[in-house]
Amino acid sequence: MRFMDEYRDAGAAREYAAALARTVTRPWTLMEVCGGQTHAIVKFGIDTLLPEGVTLLHGPGCPVCVTPLEVIDRAIAIAEMPGVILCSFGDMLRVPGSHQDLLSVKAGGGDVRIVYSPLDAVKLARENPEREVVFFGVGFETTAPANAMAVYQAAREGVANFSMLASHVLVPPAIEALLASPTCRIQAFLAAGHVCTVMGYTEYEPLARKHQVPIVVTGFEPLDVLQGVLMCVRQLEEGRAEVENQYARSVRREGNAPARELMREVFEIVPRKWRGVGEIPRSGLGLRAAYRAHDAEHRFGVAATEVAEPEECISGLVLQGLKTPHECPAFGTRCTPEKPLGATMVSSEGACAAYHRYRRQPAAARGGGS
Amino acid sequence: MAHGGGGKLMRHLVERLFGAAFANPLLDARHDGATFAAPGARIAMTTDSYVVRPLFFPGGDIGALAVNGTVNDLAMCGARARYLSAGFILEEGLPMEDLWRVVASMARAAAASEVQIVTGDTKVVDRGKGDGIYVNTAGVGALATGAQIGPASVRPGDAVLLSGDVGRHGMAVMALREGLAFEGAIQSDCAPLVEPVMALLEGGIDVHCLRDATRGGVASVLVEVAEQSGTHLQVDELAVPVREEVRGACEVLGFDPLYVANEGRFLAFVPEADAGRALSILRQHRVCEGACRIGSAGGDDPGVVTLRSAIGANRILDMLSGEQLPRIC
Repeated sequence: MRFMDEYRDAGAAREYAAALARTVTRPWTLMEVCGGQTHAIVKFGIDTLLPEGVTLLHGPGCPVCVTPLEVIDRAIAIAEMPGVILCSFGDMLRVPGSHQDLLSVKAGGGDVRIVYSPLDAVKLARENPEREVVFFGVGFETTAPANAMAVYQAAREGVANFSMLASHVLVPPAIEALLASPTCRIQAFLAAGHVCTVMGYTEYEPLARKHQVPIVVTGFEPLDVLQGVLMCVRQLEEGRAEVENQYARSVRREGNAPARELMREVFEIVPRKWRGVGEIPRSGLGLRAAYRAHDAEHRFGVAATEVAEPEECISGLVLQGLKTPHECPAFGTRCTPEKPLGATMVSSEGACAAYHRYRRQPAAARGGGS
Repeated sequence: MAHGGGGKLMRHLVERLFGAAFANPLLDARHDGATFAAPGARIAMTTDSYVVRPLFFPGGDIGALAVNGTVNDLAMCGARARYLSAGFILEEGLPMEDLWRVVASMARAAAASEVQIVTGDTKVVDRGKGDGIYVNTAGVGALATGAQIGPASVRPGDAVLLSGDVGRHGMAVMALREGLAFEGAIQSDCAPLVEPVMALLEGGIDVHCLRDATRGGVASVLVEVAEQSGTHLQVDELAVPVREEVRGACEVLGFDPLYVANEGRFLAFVPEADAGRALSILRQHRVCEGACRIGSAGGDDPGVVTLRSAIGANRILDMLSGEQLPRIC
C-alpha cells in the first residue's frame, strides 16, 4: 500500500536494529506511551529485534484501559434507560464495568450501537427526535477534537436530544505523574504521534528539561517505532534530554491550531481519575458549563457508585510500566480476553491483550526474532 | 408479506416461489422429506444458517451465500454436494421482491454447483423479530475420495496453500452495513469451491486437509488446524494476498485481514512434494487464480501458529476473542 509499505520494510527494519546494536553501550529502559504503539510493537515483533539491554515498557496510553470503572458503570446505567440510544466506538463495548459490560446491555435488549464518528451519533439524534442519543466519548487528545465538533454542532443546530458522556484524558499530565513517582524507572519516552498531530509538542519541552528525559514524538508503523527507539537511545548515550520529532511527516511543533481551538471552545481541563492509576490533576477534559445541556452526566443525573477493582488484577502496575503482563500470576489463566480481570486484557490496545494475542511467553523464552 | 399462517398464502409461497425456483423430481414429490439412493458408499452431510445483514451486497446476497456456503463445507470434506435442504425464516413485512431475488439467486447458485434443493421449510415471524430473511441450508454429498481429509491428517512437512486473496467478503458487508464509503466498492468473494477441490482430488494430489476460511478468517482456520493436528504451522504474513482496497479499509478500521471473513477462499494442506502441482491445478480455476503458498507445517512447537511479520520478526498468531471491533484511535 502506497505510503505504508515503505514503513514496514524488513530490510530497513534490520538496518535500524543493527544501528541500535552499534549505538547501545549499556541498558536503557524506554516507555511507549500509546496503546497503538504497544499493539504495533507486539504485532510486528518489533521488540524481538531490539538489542539486549533495550527494554520497552508499555504506558497508560490506551483510552479504553484507563477509563474509570465508575464512568463505565454510568454509561451502562444510561444505556439501560428506556428511550436511550447509547453510541460508542467498538473497543469500549467489551470493557467490564463493576458487574457487566455494554455488550451485555445490548444483548439484554438495550440500544447500544457502534459508531465510527461522533458526528454519526449527532446524525442519529437528528433522525430519532423521540429518543435520547448519548455518545460515550473517551480517548486522548486525538479523539477530542472530533468529539468537540459533535457537541458544538449539536448545540449550534439545536439537536436537543444529543448528549455526551465525556471522559477524555490528556497525555502530558500522565507523563508528569509517572516521572514524579519514586518508583519510576523510565529513562526516555516515545510520545504518541497522533496526539502530537493535534497538540504539537511544546507541552513536552518543559517535561524533558525538568526530568532530564529524552522524549521522541513517534509514529505507529514498525519503522517509525524502531527509529523512535534509536533516536531515544542516541540521546541517552550522548547525555542529551530533548524533545525530538520522528513523526515529522504528520506532526508540527505547534500542532493543529483549529482543532485545539475547537477543543478549548467545548472542553475545559478537569482533574481525572485514570483506571488503575488514580486521580491525576488537570489530566482530563470535561464539557464546559456553556454546553451543559449536552452533558449526559447532568442530563441523566447518574450518580457515582461504589466500585471495586478485582484485587488480583495488576493492570494499574502494567499501565505505569512497573510490571509486564507476564509477571502477573493470573495472566493467560484466570485472566484472558474471554474472561478479563481488568481493562488491559480487554482492549485490543491494552498491553495484556496484546501480549496474550501475540506473545504468550516472554520474548527471551521464545528465542527472539528470526 | 403476511404468509405466516400455514394456509393458502403459505402454500402459494411454497408452490409458486420455492417450488418453481428449485423444481426437480425429488422436490416435486411434495412429501415431508426427500427420498433418494445414497450415491456412493460414503456420504458427507453438513448444515449452516445464514443471517447476513444486509441481504444484498456487492458480489453476492444471502441466497448465493446459503447455497455456496453449504456446497463449500461439503467440498472441504472432499465431497461433491448433491442435495440441499433450504429452511427460510421470513420476517413479516419483507418485500416479496426481495424474496424473489434471494430465491432466484439460490437457484442460480444451485445450478452452478449442480446441486438440487430437494426439501425445505418456511416460517414467518412477526415484524421486528428478524432481519428480513434467515436461511438455513443442509447438504449431503458423495465423498470423492477414500482419504481422510481433515486436521488429523496434517503432518509436519506439509505445505499450507491458500486459494486467493483474503478479507473481501467481510469488508464488503462491513462497508455496506456501516455506511462506510470506501473508494471503489469492495466485492465479496462469495463463490462455490467444489470444482477446484474436485480437480485437486482427481489430479491425484494427496490432500491432507481442506478448510474454507469463513467467519474468523484465515487466522482462525490456521489456529484450529494447528491445535487439532498437533503440528506447528509457520506462516509468512507477506505471502498472504490482500487486495489494496481491502487493506485500506482494514487499516482505517483497525482490522486485521487475517481475521476477516471470506466466502470463496480455502486453505489446503498437502505434502511438500505435491505443493507445486496442487497450485498449478488450483490456478486453472478462476476462483483460485490467486492461489499461493503461505507457509508450512513443522514439528517445533505443537499446536501453535507462528507468523513471520512484515518486518521479518516472528510472533504468535492466535484466535480472536469475539468479533473484531473498530478501534478508538
